[in-house]
Amino acid sequence: MTLVKIEKKNWAEGLTAAADAYRLFGPVKEKDYHQFKELEKGEMPDFEMVNTRLSPKALLFPQSEEMLEYSLDESQDDHHIMKEIARDDTPRAVVGIRPCDAKSTLLVKLNFDTPDVKDPYWLNAYRAATFIGMACDTPLSTCFCTTAGCGPYHEEGLDMLVMEQGDAYLAKILSDKGKAFADAAGWQAASDDAAAFEAGRQAAEDRIVSTVKTDNLAETDLLELHGAPFWEDIAFSCINCGTCTFSCPTCWCFDIQDEVHGKSGVRMKNWDSCMFPIFTAHTTGHNPRDTKTQRVRQRFMHKLKYFVDKYEAGIMCVGCGRCVRQCPVNIDIRRVCEQMNSFKPADACAVEG
Amino acid sequence: MLGYTEKMRDIAGRLLKECTVDMVIGFRKGTMPMMNEPCFVTKPEDVQWLVWDSNCGINLANYLTNRKEKIAVFAKGCDSRNIVTHIIENKIKRDQVTIIGVPCTGMIDKRKITGLVTGEILEVSETENTIKVKTADAETLLDKNEVLQQNCALCVHRNPVIFDEMVAEPVEEQTDIDRNADIRKIEEMDSEEKWQFFEDLLRPCIRCYACRNACPLCYCPTCFVDEAKPQWVGKGQDPVDVRTFHFLRAYHCAGRCTDCGACERACPVGINMRLLTRKLEKDCQDQFGWEAGLSLDQPPALVAYQANDPDAFIK
Repeated sequence: MTLVKIEKKNWAEGLTAAADAYRLFGPVKEKDYHQFKELEKGEMPDFEMVNTRLSPKALLFPQSEEMLEYSLDESQDDHHIMKEIARDDTPRAVVGIRPCDAKSTLLVKLNFDTPDVKDPYWLNAYRAATFIGMACDTPLSTCFCTTAGCGPYHEEGLDMLVMEQGDAYLAKILSDKGKAFADAAGWQAASDDAAAFEAGRQAAEDRIVSTVKTDNLAETDLLELHGAPFWEDIAFSCINCGTCTFSCPTCWCFDIQDEVHGKSGVRMKNWDSCMFPIFTAHTTGHNPRDTKTQRVRQRFMHKLKYFVDKYEAGIMCVGCGRCVRQCPVNIDIRRVCEQMNSFKPADACAVEG
Repeated sequence: MLGYTEKMRDIAGRLLKECTVDMVIGFRKGTMPMMNEPCFVTKPEDVQWLVWDSNCGINLANYLTNRKEKIAVFAKGCDSRNIVTHIIENKIKRDQVTIIGVPCTGMIDKRKITGLVTGEILEVSETENTIKVKTADAETLLDKNEVLQQNCALCVHRNPVIFDEMVAEPVEEQTDIDRNADIRKIEEMDSEEKWQFFEDLLRPCIRCYACRNACPLCYCPTCFVDEAKPQWVGKGQDPVDVRTFHFLRAYHCAGRCTDCGACERACPVGINMRLLTRKLEKDCQDQFGWEAGLSLDQPPALVAYQANDPDAFIK
């Protein structure tokens, strides 16, 4: 692990130099909110925010991504043949990603990079990406990262972690990709101030006021939890929109669609949401989750039970709090997690007397 | 509206005890400042969860659709107009629902208030006319009338138009309200400006459908954007498809929208799609003298035919 010090006055210059070798992405303000965008030449990431409205997952997993194209024009030799669409997988750097969002990338990877199936679109983008994290010194009251498997200075998923230190940034290089980016940016001034990182981490973690308990989720019987009496109450207010899914850094579901205009068509991958009534509806007309309560239960069971059991990698949530802040009817995953984690099946209660 | 909460709990408890209804639909306190959560209560001892303040902007008529129970529901002016629309459109029977009228002085605009203070808002409390906003460093007092949702600032039907009992005496209705100043500005644009305006308006849309799903009018079993056979609209982020969704949805609401503001309130990216529905509301008013949801006896503008209906568009 190497530490480098970057004077703030050299920050822009470094990023500009790195832009010769990388496509740069960073948070910028658009209307009322910050979003991750590809930075134009000379444009700098804007850190006047705690986090972006939507997570940066779209940088690897765009909301709408064209994968294949084809022609239906039978006068062409290659009609009805699916052909890959050229993609730009040149090196890119995501500058200013928060540690929670970086950790979420590894959770999403569990789905897109399995021993049996590998999603080339996501993986190529992932391999091309270098993640330059910005430590989170002023978390919100709705951030619960420290009890969701990460934290404001968490390093998993990052190639470099940057913290602010007065007139300078202190950067911890965490991987070869991080080292290559530092070289491209000309950030070479070594620092031995590891204590500053530790102090920053401690202070930031102390500012996290919101927590979840997840210790009982793995042991609780899956079917008992599925049949718990609280789902109707939790689901009542839900309007089945996609706000929670689309703002979530760990939600990975997508739908594949063909779209034809005239004689040419594309096959595309679009974000999907288990909140939508037609999600996984069968062509027979059967809908495996036909009611709102079933759909809401699916969302929370997936994040807080099925995922926990399947991967043994904690919950499928990094505690960024976006869904808590943005849900139009205030369904709060922290409250749902509490109900699930403290749930005791009726027969177990009877035994415990 | 202070003091409604106790009265509401009394009414809900009585209706449940007397078995007049199976459930009462209202709001419980949210976990976030300026947020309450729609909820239902089925037991008299649970009425203590019910609350009312200026954060009850979600339209509860939306929660009546396709339910089988006998329901009591708290209804602001706009909610009551949507209940009227629900009854006219046969989505619920009048005798299935006990309407508890809530005279309303408006709901506050979370986004506007967030924009007026610096730092994260940790707590918001209210008196009859003021809103107190606490951040880590400061306390700010705001005049409630200055931070109302725009639909509430423009509201001319604050009192329920239909009810079985009322939580309180009617409040004074706002008069001399110009509901259409911003709509006229758009009408005056030339076509290029309009194109640009709508492009800017709808660009942030992520197609989460929170606007549609928060809307009591949007109860189609399968929305046209979700249909697969035939597929009317592309499912990606092509701006043409995004605009088609918003424009068509607005037209589906023509002559039915009560401007309750649920759509705009629900939007996670701050789109004012009410500009579309309000233009159609204005057209209905101008051409047919029609305002939605005021009476059970009048057929809606687009359902009824009158010999003197304007026909200038038929050439």
